[in-house]
Amino acid sequence: MSTGIQSSARLLTRAVPRKRKNPHVGAWGMLLPSLVILCAFTVWPMMQSAVRSLYSVRGGVWRFVGLAHYAALGNDPVFAQTLVNTAIFVLILVPVSVLLSLALALLVNRRYRMTSLFRLAFFHPVVLPMVSAASIWLFLYTPDYGTVDQFLAIFGLQQTNWLGQPQTALFAVMVMTVWKQAGYFMVFYLAGLQGLSREATEAAAVDGAGAWRTFREVTWPLLMPTTLFVTVLAVVGAVQMVDQLYVMTQGGPDNATSLLLFYIYQQAFSFQNIGKASALSVLLIAVLVAFAVLQNWLDKKVHYE
Amino acid sequence: MTTKRMNHARHIDAIGTDTNAALRSTSPEARRTRARTKLAGTALAALALTTVVGATMASTAPVQAAHAATVTHLTFDFPVGVAGPLAEEMLALVNEYDASHPAINVTPIFAGSYDDTMTKVQAGLKSGTEPDVAVLLSTDVYSLLNMKAILPYADFAKGDAGAAWMHSFYPAFMANSVVDKTVWGVPFQRSTVVMYYNKNDFAQAGLNPNQPPTTWSQLLSDAKKLTTPSHWGIEIPTSGTTYWVFQPFAIQAGQNVVGDSPNRVYFDTPDVIHALQFFVALSKTWKVEPSGLIGWTTAPSDFEAGKTAIIYHSSGSLASILKSSSFPVGVAMLPKDKRFGSPTGGGNLYILNTGNAAREQAAYSFVRWMTSPAIAAQWSVETGYVATSPAAYKTPYMEQYLRHTPQAAVARNQLRYAEKELATNDGEEIQSILSNACQAALTGNVTPAQALAAAQQQADATLAQYAK
Repeated sequence: MSTGIQSSARLLTRAVPRKRKNPHVGAWGMLLPSLVILCAFTVWPMMQSAVRSLYSVRGGVWRFVGLAHYAALGNDPVFAQTLVNTAIFVLILVPVSVLLSLALALLVNRRYRMTSLFRLAFFHPVVLPMVSAASIWLFLYTPDYGTVDQFLAIFGLQQTNWLGQPQTALFAVMVMTVWKQAGYFMVFYLAGLQGLSREATEAAAVDGAGAWRTFREVTWPLLMPTTLFVTVLAVVGAVQMVDQLYVMTQGGPDNATSLLLFYIYQQAFSFQNIGKASALSVLLIAVLVAFAVLQNWLDKKVHYE
Repeated sequence: MTTKRMNHARHIDAIGTDTNAALRSTSPEARRTRARTKLAGTALAALALTTVVGATMASTAPVQAAHAATVTHLTFDFPVGVAGPLAEEMLALVNEYDASHPAINVTPIFAGSYDDTMTKVQAGLKSGTEPDVAVLLSTDVYSLLNMKAILPYADFAKGDAGAAWMHSFYPAFMANSVVDKTVWGVPFQRSTVVMYYNKNDFAQAGLNPNQPPTTWSQLLSDAKKLTTPSHWGIEIPTSGTTYWVFQPFAIQAGQNVVGDSPNRVYFDTPDVIHALQFFVALSKTWKVEPSGLIGWTTAPSDFEAGKTAIIYHSSGSLASILKSSSFPVGVAMLPKDKRFGSPTGGGNLYILNTGNAAREQAAYSFVRWMTSPAIAAQWSVETGYVATSPAAYKTPYMEQYLRHTPQAAVARNQLRYAEKELATNDGEEIQSILSNACQAALTGNVTPAQALAAAQQQADATLAQYAK
């Protein structure tokens, strides 16, 4: 430490000023490309959205309307339903996805003979494009001769119009989404499980704890950083779901599967209501930023030394 | 475990940097020089890579520019809105044009559904990369006018010959193509809703396969006889653009949902409410139709698989349905209530306002060729869309086809009763409002009267900004 202070003092008190290299220049140079891309594709469009949300466009002519769009959202029943749908979607999808992926990871963690095959089976939906997966599930959900109805017919259940009635449409989309992304979170949990210290689990075994007790009091707490990470991914992903809605339900029946990003897309590109879509985008950004702040605060609380 | 390692590292750092310095064998100046060189080297490599990529992309441009001096290049965006391999058939058609017209080269670009194509054109307009000619919905005319995106055909079709050509199309199709007596789009792939029915199912149910129902009450009684445990009586696709399959019922009940004005819709008149009540009763009360929404492509699939005896679908799906059905298929006009009727549908050809006079003129000559009777007949036969002019039906090719496939004439015969499709300012939003109202009545606990009253309110609020 003393040598460090001495060398710094030497630099500062040098009689002849030498060309001093600011160590931050190199750092900024390294960061500059990423910073430019981040500003160009994330920060600038966000600011542009915020500005556009104060205007209304008709026939190419922009009119300043202030906060009228935000006020109008308060009276918009479709927006209210969209918020409710999104809340239900996120609140059910995220815990189910996370817990299912944890269960899958626990199942394929140990190396049995067919483990690789099962890992492949659980992960392959992730590499499918969302539109392809949605098209497949559109067929699976066809009433009567779709695979789901045929499978349920074995148990004597009637044919159900899964995507065609408001009661089941959102649930059907959720099932498809869980199928699609559980494998992705499973991989994170696998990495987390394999990074656990063996000493802790072995100590628990020596102390006589059963499998469930070990999981509840050793494995689960140690996996909390992974769980937080996966939950954040799941929430951010769930709020940004739009592809499968476009293919499977187009937001129907009667807005039962209208989620926030789909509503934004519809307003911006189908109805050309750029002002309203920008206002909705600003709201979405605010929600995600609030969530990021929450995640940051929680992050400090979940790490064990 | 990872955290412990990190702490350990921090501990070392806290002691003093000279520990790290001791590990380095060279002076700080040499280290800085090394770092600078490395940074410069990386930047140089990145710059070189960008230059190489940019040069490759730029090098293709001069080749095209030289080619353009002798040939006018057009881009043509088109959608496919019905079942069948229409994209390939369109590419073949455009290649035929390019081969026979060496001075003009048209690049056809398949842009997805009508919605996708409209989005692509709008994005192109904002960035200056719009196509020169496009097939877009006939109902998009008001949106395109508001964006000042299209040119009137009167600018190109001059004199008596030009006027004769503009009036050579079926009047039913011109209802959505003319605004304030100016022709903005010409019909290309237009359709109406028709009824497809399974003749074998009719015979099995004791009905005459050559006498399909012609009134609503006949439709209901026939559908009841046709509904068996193994198949439904009727399916009307209601997912997505519900308004288009509901509009025939409104027209047949005596009141179209739209008139001549682009700012006025008629959703909650008694006739329209009566139409929606019948529409909903088919599945809710009489149970001759599956409950809930039915997918646009699910209905013909069900029909071809024998799961339903009757479907309402676009006349443009004719070729695909005939090919995929293993039983005799009958096609009939939609049954009437007070009158026969159906909205038209499908796409028109628009010349876009690119500002390049040579390309716009070339686009007009391309449109003339595409709408000529021989080509219109060819496109109609290949796809099942209605040929857009009476002259097309008089070509020998079409007459021979109709002898072989008489079902194709039904859609043309229904043109006499066809009416304007729902098109207004903010057209997509108004269509969506009506579709949602129909969906709410079909699937929810809302009565048709309530749903349509709410829809009328929303539509009036949306259109209020256009009322002058």
